[in-house]
Amino acid sequence: MLDNQNILSIENMSVQFPALSGSVKAVRNVSFRVGREKVGIIGESGSGKSTTGRAIMQLQPPGAVVTADKMQFEDIDLLGASEQQMRNIRGSRISMILQDPKYSLNPVMTVGEQIAETVILHERVSRREARARTVAMLERVNIRNPERVYALYPHEVSGGMGQRIMISMMLISSPSLIIADEPTSALDVTVRQQVLSILDDLVTERNIGLIFISHDLNLVRSFCDRVIIMYAGRIVETIDAENLEHATHPYTRGLLNALPSLEHPRDRLEVLKRDPLWLET
Amino acid sequence: MTMIKVENLAVSYGHGHNALKVLRDVSFEVAKGETFGLVGESGCGKSTVLGALAGRIKNWSGSIVIDGEGADPKRTKSQLAKQQMVFQDPFGSIHPRHTIGRTLLEPLEIQGMDRRHERIEEVLRDVGLSHNFRYRFPHQLSGGQRQRVAIARALILKPRILLLDEPTSALDVSIQAEILNLLKDLRERENLTYVLVSHDMAVIAHLCDRIAVMHDGIFVEVTTRSSLFRGDVAHPYTRNLLDGSRGYVATKPPREVAVG
Repeated sequence: MLDNQNILSIENMSVQFPALSGSVKAVRNVSFRVGREKVGIIGESGSGKSTTGRAIMQLQPPGAVVTADKMQFEDIDLLGASEQQMRNIRGSRISMILQDPKYSLNPVMTVGEQIAETVILHERVSRREARARTVAMLERVNIRNPERVYALYPHEVSGGMGQRIMISMMLISSPSLIIADEPTSALDVTVRQQVLSILDDLVTERNIGLIFISHDLNLVRSFCDRVIIMYAGRIVETIDAENLEHATHPYTRGLLNALPSLEHPRDRLEVLKRDPLWLET
Repeated sequence: MTMIKVENLAVSYGHGHNALKVLRDVSFEVAKGETFGLVGESGCGKSTVLGALAGRIKNWSGSIVIDGEGADPKRTKSQLAKQQMVFQDPFGSIHPRHTIGRTLLEPLEIQGMDRRHERIEEVLRDVGLSHNFRYRFPHQLSGGQRQRVAIARALILKPRILLLDEPTSALDVSIQAEILNLLKDLRERENLTYVLVSHDMAVIAHLCDRIAVMHDGIFVEVTTRSSLFRGDVAHPYTRNLLDGSRGYVATKPPREVAVG
């Protein structure tokens, strides 16, 4: 079986942004591996979780410097890859799902054309075949009338459907790794469940890796296999999702206790006391 | 004692053929010192209820009685001061080019109140900020500090009711805990009545005594905190929201882990 095989291994990666005085390290020496599993990255705003996801895709903003000992994706060294190589990888072998489908879809193209474009670009198939595959893919993400939806513009679809369209666009070229950056934060609770179960099915069915970036502890705990907890650009703890309750790091414990919970009601929530020691390794 | 009494409240936007009924028929009462929660998904009309209570939305029908006094769509200044709102996004709800002091001064000027400097210093202390904050601009503050300023701006008019529209959903978990604790303290100290709107069941259950579950412009169920904790709810939609807030529920068995 392939399950134990690493799709991605990152060693000692840092991302620096230039600032007025020197530079700011948004990500500090993180190392992790992703196999054929669902890995969650949890952190608060500014913890570097999205920057980590983007650095894997080499999509950091201009000026940012990514350094690492190793960034290996399957047979490709992401550190040494040229822009041309990266362009072939993005969208076909690693794809990314972003938070809000309203902003990540092209507003002046029908959703069908946008999905078909991915196939045409990466696999050089005919338009007719691209269309057929798009319709099949839309059907796969539980869109009932794919022919009709093919011709719709992004403003004509709901948030949940938009996110399913994004998922179909990201999966149509059969990538082996998906990076989902807060894919359901803009969605309502009941729609979220649907979108996640489609994502879950597809990841399982195709046996691929998923990096799920989120700030929602309950969601990551219930959806992912493993959880990476980030604080101030560092990985403070990596733990199996089912054992999150027994996390040892004071930051993770603090987060869990700060969360209002339906299972363990308490009168006052614990306020997280940040320890400067956490900033060191 | 009843603080808020709402009967057959209905709101529609648009006219004639295009009219959209956002609130169909909503009735509820909130006792003094109580916290009443409204929970539901986007577009269910929960913020519209707050808007009508606050006097922001004027084309409503039905009856609203606040503190024993009937509220017309058009209200007097002192009626408007009785209930104040706190909005979701502290990055959008505070004027970016005004200092915090100026932001807090504005409601005092509108209401023609005295002792302005003292009041600003008092209210900043009440929300846990030092008085130096009045000279700062919003961009010099963190998200949690800004939400404290937004709460201070609501409190400075000494309202009886705070209308909270998703007050913590733009904040990180650890900051959310601070703001929720602050709201609890203020409620006790100032003897305030809250109406809290949120989509997060856990936040609602943490702060509210009674909770109305909204869907499509009506209350499908009014329940209590303890029944939420027990999971003892009647309507399937409420159950749906409760399950959703606990995280993801797999529909299929998890994938087999490799053996050999």
